[in-house]
Amino acid sequence: MVQRLKEVDVVIVGVGMVGSIVAKELAAAGYKVVGLERGEARFTVPEFQSPAVHDELRFDIRKALMQDNTREPVTFRNASSETALPVRRWESFLPGTGLGGSMVHWNGQTYRFQANDFELATRTKERYGKNFLDKDVTIQDWGVTYAELEPHYDRFEYLLGTSGKAGNIKGEIQPGGDPHESPRSREYPTPPQKEHFQGALFRKAATSLGYHPFPQPSSNLSQPYTNPEGVKLNACVFCGFCERYACEHYAKSTPQTVILPVLLANSNFELRTGCQVQRINLDSSKKKATGVTYIDTAGREFEQPASLVITASFALNNVRMLLLSGIGKPYNPQSGTGVVGRNYAYQTMSSVAAFFDQDVIINPFMASGASGTLINDFAGDNFDHSGLGFIGGAFIGAVNTNGRPIQYHPVPPGTPAWGQGWKEAVVKHYNHTVMFSLHGSSVSTRQNYLDLDPTYRDAWGQPLLRMTFDFPQNDLKMAAYVTAKGVEIGKAMGAKLVAGAPRKAPYTTTVYQTTHNTGGTVMGNDPRTSVVNRYLQSWDVPNVFVIGASAYPQNASWNPTDTLGALTYWAIDALKNRYLKNPGRLVSA
Amino acid sequence: MDKFSRRKFVATIGAATVAPASALLKAAPAEAVAPQQMAQRGSATLPAKPLYLFFNLAEAAFIESACERLIPADESGPGALGAGVPNYLDKQLGGAWGSGERLYRSGPWQSGSPSQGYQLPFTPAELFHVALRAVNRNFESQGAAFGTLSAEAQDAYLKTLEAGGVDLDGVPSAVFFDMLLRMSIEGFFSDPVYGGNRDMVAWRMIGFPGAYADYYEAIDRHGEKFAREPMSIGEDALRHVHIDPNIPASL
Repeated sequence: MVQRLKEVDVVIVGVGMVGSIVAKELAAAGYKVVGLERGEARFTVPEFQSPAVHDELRFDIRKALMQDNTREPVTFRNASSETALPVRRWESFLPGTGLGGSMVHWNGQTYRFQANDFELATRTKERYGKNFLDKDVTIQDWGVTYAELEPHYDRFEYLLGTSGKAGNIKGEIQPGGDPHESPRSREYPTPPQKEHFQGALFRKAATSLGYHPFPQPSSNLSQPYTNPEGVKLNACVFCGFCERYACEHYAKSTPQTVILPVLLANSNFELRTGCQVQRINLDSSKKKATGVTYIDTAGREFEQPASLVITASFALNNVRMLLLSGIGKPYNPQSGTGVVGRNYAYQTMSSVAAFFDQDVIINPFMASGASGTLINDFAGDNFDHSGLGFIGGAFIGAVNTNGRPIQYHPVPPGTPAWGQGWKEAVVKHYNHTVMFSLHGSSVSTRQNYLDLDPTYRDAWGQPLLRMTFDFPQNDLKMAAYVTAKGVEIGKAMGAKLVAGAPRKAPYTTTVYQTTHNTGGTVMGNDPRTSVVNRYLQSWDVPNVFVIGASAYPQNASWNPTDTLGALTYWAIDALKNRYLKNPGRLVSA
Repeated sequence: MDKFSRRKFVATIGAATVAPASALLKAAPAEAVAPQQMAQRGSATLPAKPLYLFFNLAEAAFIESACERLIPADESGPGALGAGVPNYLDKQLGGAWGSGERLYRSGPWQSGSPSQGYQLPFTPAELFHVALRAVNRNFESQGAAFGTLSAEAQDAYLKTLEAGGVDLDGVPSAVFFDMLLRMSIEGFFSDPVYGGNRDMVAWRMIGFPGAYADYYEAIDRHGEKFAREPMSIGEDALRHVHIDPNIPASL
C-alpha cells in the first residue's frame, strides 16, 4: 500500500552537493523542503575517521563509497549495433551514494570552464569555419555565458574555500596564475597548497619550454578557513587518501564540511535517507509534476507530493529519472530527434609517465587530491586548431594524487605483468616516477547517448540506464596531439624514460578513467536540442528542475564540479527571485 | 640533474619531522624496530602454516606455488608466500567478496566484448573452485603436482593460462589467471589486517608509509627520503596489529 504524505513546497531527489546547496537556500527563504537521499547519513565524525579510512582495499578496490551496483548498475555497449550488457563491477567511472553524494569522494580539483566553452558551437564556427568539425559532432552552445556565471562561480568557490592563484582578475593578468583563464572578479579564497616535488619538476620543465604553469586550484585547503555560511574547515595535511575516500581532517570541501551543518539546523528542511525515488509523478496533463514516489529501506512505498521537484542526483541518475518518469522526449539516434539522453559525453584521459634515476626521490604518497602543477596551454581553444582536424584539448599536469600501491606501481612499457621482472620494476620505479594527467575534453556526437535498457532491471524492477558510447575521432586526434606535448615536457624534466599513453578506442568499462560523465539532460535555448532551458527548468514540465552535469551539452578540458556549483547558484537565483514568486515557464518555448 | 644527485648529503625526513601528538601515542621511533626484529616478531606470533578456511589442501598447494611465481621472493624481500598472499586470497574468497560482494548478478548471461567486462555467472568463490578443480585434475592425470615442477615449468604453465584458450570446466583460463593475479597484487599491497602484506613487508620494499597520514611538514622538502616505518590501520601503540592476520575483520 502506498502511503501518501503531507504536501511540501519542494522535494529534492539526491542530497549531494547540489541538493544540499539548493535545500539550504530554499529552506532559508522559508520554503518547506524535503531531501530524499537513497544512501545513508554519514559525517566526518564518526564515519570518516582515521586510521580506518586509510584502507586502499576497502575504498579503492572494493569501492565502499560508491553507488550499490549490485542493485543499480548501468548497461553498456560501444555502439548501437551491439547488445548492451550490465557493468557488473564499477571501474571506468564511480558514482557515489549517501549523504554528500559523489563529492564526499572527489579530489577537490576546482577549475572553471572558459568563456569559449559556453559558446563552443558559435565560436568554433567563427574561428575555424562551418565545415571544420567531423559530421557526427553535435556540440552546441549552453544558453548561458561565462559572464553570467562568473558571480556564481565566485560564490561557489568561496563556499568551498578553494585554494589557488588567480591568473586573470577583471582582465588583469596575474603573475603565478593561469593566464589563459577567463576573468574572475577576485582572488581565490585561500592561497595555493604547497607544491609537491612532481609539481616542482613539472613547473621548471614547462617554463623552460615557454608554457605557463600554475598551481592546481584545490578544495583541499591550504589553510584554515571559515566560509560565508560560517562553517569552519582545516588545512589539508597531504595524506594521499583523497579520491575514493572521505576526508577525516575537515580539510576537503564537501557538503559535510561546507554546508550540511547549516542546512540540517534549519527546521524548514527534512532529510530522509534510505529513500529510493522511483519516479517523478505527473498529473493527467503530463505537464505538471505532483511529487515523487519512493521506497524506503524497509520496502515501504511512499508518495511525497510537492509543488516543485528538483532532481539533483549524479548526471547519469538525473537522465534515468526523467526517462523513468516520462518527462521529455527520449533521444533517437537513428532519426536524431528527441532530447533526453542526447549528447552524453565523458572526458578523454591520457597520461604520461616519466621514469627517473634512483637518486630522484619523489615520495608519491605525499599529496592531496589537487596539489599538483599544470598548464592550460593545450586546453580548450587556447591554441590554434587550424589544420589539426579536431577541437578541444587537455590540461597537462603533474597532478599525481597518491602513492597507494595496489593501484599505483608504475612500470615502464614492456615490463612483464608478473614474476621477478615485474617485482624488480615495481620496487625500482615506485619512488622515482612522475605521472602526468592529460585531462581531455569530450565532444558530443550523434551516436553517443543514454536510454533505458530493454532487458536488465534494478532491484526495484525498473529498467537500467543503457549507455552507448565510444570515443569520437575528434577526441582521439586530440588525445594523440596533447600526449605528444606531454612527452616533450617529460623529456625536458630530465627523465630517463618517458612513456606517453594517449587514450585509444574502444572505450572500455574495465579501466578507471574518470567519473566526469556529462550530458543527457542538456541545457539550451532550443527545446528541439535541449531538455532544460538556460535556468535548468524542464521545457516539458516547468515545475521540474534538473540540476547536474547532465546539463552540459559537451564536456570541456577540466573537471566539471566548479561549473556545476556555478550552475547550481545560477539556477537558485532564478528559482528564488523569479520562479517561486510566480511559478511558470522562465523561458517561453 | 645535478641538484638531485647529492644523495649523500640529504637528510632523511622521518626522524627529523616533529611528530604530532597522536603519532607519539601510536608510533615508536622509526629506528626502534630493525627489520630483523620485525621478522622475528612476525615469526613468533604467526603459525607456520596459514589456517585455510576456503581452499582445500590441493587447492591451497597450487595457490601457494602459483602466487609465489607471480610475486617471487628475491633480494628486495619476500614474495607472495612470505607476505601471506595465499592467506589473503583464502579469506577474501571465503568471505563477502567471494560470494559476489559488489558484483551485479542478474541475468540474462551472455558473453560480451572486452570493453563490457566480466560477464560470467560465477561468483569469485565459484570461479576459483571450478577452475582449481580443473587445474589440479590436469596435474593429477600427469602424476606430478604443480608445486613439484621447476620454476620455469611452473611459469610456462601459468603463461598458458594467461594466454587463454584453456577451458577450465567453463572458466576461461585467462579470466581465472587475471583474477588470481589481481588478487595476489591486492593481497601483497593491502593493509595487513586483511591477512596478506605480513608485517608490511611489501610496503617496506617500496617505501610506502601505509596508513600514516601527515606530510604537511615533509611535502615541500623535495627529493628527501621519507624514512618512517609504515603504519597499519590495525596497529596499537606498541605497533602490534590487533586483528589476527589469519582471520581478519573482513570475513
